Amino acid sequence: MHVLPYLVAAYVFLTGCYGLATSRNLIHAVGCLAVCQSSTYVLLLAVGYRDGGTAPVFSDIKPGSRPVVDPVVQALTLTDIVVGATVTALLLALVLQIAKRHGTVDPDELRELRG
Amino acid sequence: MHHLLPLLVAVPLLGAALLVATGRHLPRIAAEITGFAVSGGTAALALVLLLNSSPPMVEWVGAWLPVGGESVGIVVYGDGPALGMAALVSLLTLAALAYSWRYFDEPPRSHRGAFTALMLVFQGAMCGFAIAGDLFNAFVFFELMSVTAYALTGYRIDEAKAVQGALTFGVVNSLGAYGMLMGIGLLYARTGELAMAKIGRGLDSAAGHGGGDALVLAAFVLVVTGLLVKAAAVPFHFWLPDAHAVAPTPVCMLLSGVMVELGAYGVWRVYGTVFSGPGGIPAADLTRALVTLGALTAATGAVMCWYQRHIKRLLAYSTVSHTGLFLMALGVLTPEGDDGAALYVLGHAGVKAALFACAGVLLDRYGCLDEHTLHGRARELRATGVMFAVGAVGLAGLPPFGTGLGKAVSEEAVGGPLTVVYVAASAVTAGAVLRVAARVFLGLGPQPEEAGSELETSGSEEEPETRGRLSRIPDTMRTVPAVLLAAALAVGAVPGFGDLVARAVNEAGSGGAHASAGWTAHGVLLGLASTALAVALAGLAVTRPDWTAAPDWAAPLRRLQSGHVGDYVAWLLMGAAVLGALALPGVLGG
Repeated sequence: MHVLPYLVAAYVFLTGCYGLATSRNLIHAVGCLAVCQSSTYVLLLAVGYRDGGTAPVFSDIKPGSRPVVDPVVQALTLTDIVVGATVTALLLALVLQIAKRHGTVDPDELRELRG
Repeated sequence: MHHLLPLLVAVPLLGAALLVATGRHLPRIAAEITGFAVSGGTAALALVLLLNSSPPMVEWVGAWLPVGGESVGIVVYGDGPALGMAALVSLLTLAALAYSWRYFDEPPRSHRGAFTALMLVFQGAMCGFAIAGDLFNAFVFFELMSVTAYALTGYRIDEAKAVQGALTFGVVNSLGAYGMLMGIGLLYARTGELAMAKIGRGLDSAAGHGGGDALVLAAFVLVVTGLLVKAAAVPFHFWLPDAHAVAPTPVCMLLSGVMVELGAYGVWRVYGTVFSGPGGIPAADLTRALVTLGALTAATGAVMCWYQRHIKRLLAYSTVSHTGLFLMALGVLTPEGDDGAALYVLGHAGVKAALFACAGVLLDRYGCLDEHTLHGRARELRATGVMFAVGAVGLAGLPPFGTGLGKAVSEEAVGGPLTVVYVAASAVTAGAVLRVAARVFLGLGPQPEEAGSELETSGSEEEPETRGRLSRIPDTMRTVPAVLLAAALAVGAVPGFGDLVARAVNEAGSGGAHASAGWTAHGVLLGLASTALAVALAGLAVTRPDWTAAPDWAAPLRRLQSGHVGDYVAWLLMGAAVLGALALPGVLGG
């Protein structure tokens, strides 16, 4: 198994974290969170990859005739995407409401809750 | 009997779906009664299952039974601690729904029942997390409960602070959850399994005679980081005060009473079934990591709690401090430590939820949660004041409160100098709550001066959550905290209850080693000592108000709580690195 996809996953995760930590715009921050999540897709799909494997759909291939990639991680990735869509939608709705109530989406100006 | 386990999740979710579908056509009272019936029914089911949880039940959902030891089905697991947490979640949800009976504005016509429905989803997700037998489902329920909690925290979307707190909560917790998912992916890569017990066995057989390696360490750090973010251990705790200060009071009761504790429960469950074998993380390393982070959490929470004037934030920091105490008790990895943590969590849930309920009464009566502005104004609320003070001594661990029993058993388990952390943290947090009670409900001491520090949230201009300001306190808002306090008292006072909890926990956790959990002279004395210390601290604070002004050495600590979500993310990464460093020596040595 090649190590490259794992390094890519770690790189994408840390890039997203860097974006979150330095973001000057909350919409950008929510986007960065989605980037962090994309790294989990990369990781899961890399875990399930098989050399020469095909998609795990058995309508036109005979079971056992050729290797298929791991369907479990694909199911996990799909679930993960659904979860991510929910989170992103909810967080963007909150950002919208913050923009209405505070008149800004810059986290540097949202410092009411402190101490 | 075990076929009923999935109903703990299904019933609340179906109830919520029913309310969302029909809520707009129902009168409010019908929607609320449906909520009670569903939530109460689930609580009854959880209790019935709990009484039958020995030996533990295993259910493969949808009859996807394992074939030849291999399975891709979803497994739920019902042992004492899992069903105990599910029962606690359900009972507390019932209490929070009862408390909110007269609480909210009449919701808009098209959203009637929305709050109740969200609470039911929250209950179902927390029950699901408690009984999940495989890691990926634990993650899914973890995210479901998180998303519902963000929505509930920002429920009053017209309030600027509420949406801000909810966003911080959402970003930090989601990032933790994605870390946890990466860890699960790594574990699946190593073992090809998702069920916790099978991952544990897979790690052991993959390691052979050596110990865990870098991959196991990375997976451990990622999974535990996600759970510790939920448990609000330092330095993952920054979201908690922001979220608890702005969430509606019934939601605070659940967040603080049981959701945060589910993070600690998750750490216990995941370590015990996945990482405790020879192929995992050695016990000494887990103890080092959890006890260090726990002591740091307890100290930070206590210091920050003492210097708060926003009453809900003060209670939130007290939760942070207590989480540290739970983590320390779990971290020593003895049967006694597990028993102590379980009893402490039970007692703490009752006491802390009651305290939040009393704070909610103040908010709705005066539109204010600021200790300084409220000075002496709540003299007429005698019953609430008494309950607030009783809750404070409960936090201090006065025998025979459940918190006192849990604290006493935990102190015996950790032993030695760490006992000081328990006494000090519980005395300081309880002292702060007692100080609030003395100032707000009795008007003792001089009116505190307006310092006007840039570093704090005052809470002097909050919107009440009821339709208008309350002229009299509804019976539900008085009864619920009283019942919760009585329950917290019963945990410690009913003879044999401690042993019952200990037996259930030990059967699940420590491989047959039984410990008994009851009052000892030593524990009673330490409980009395921390209560006396709390009263003394509160007395000092009331008579000498400059004691509650933050000294210079505490200022950097308060500046860390900057309200900036980017800072919190940076701390999360830093915390994960620290966790890895604390757990590293065992992997190097192995």
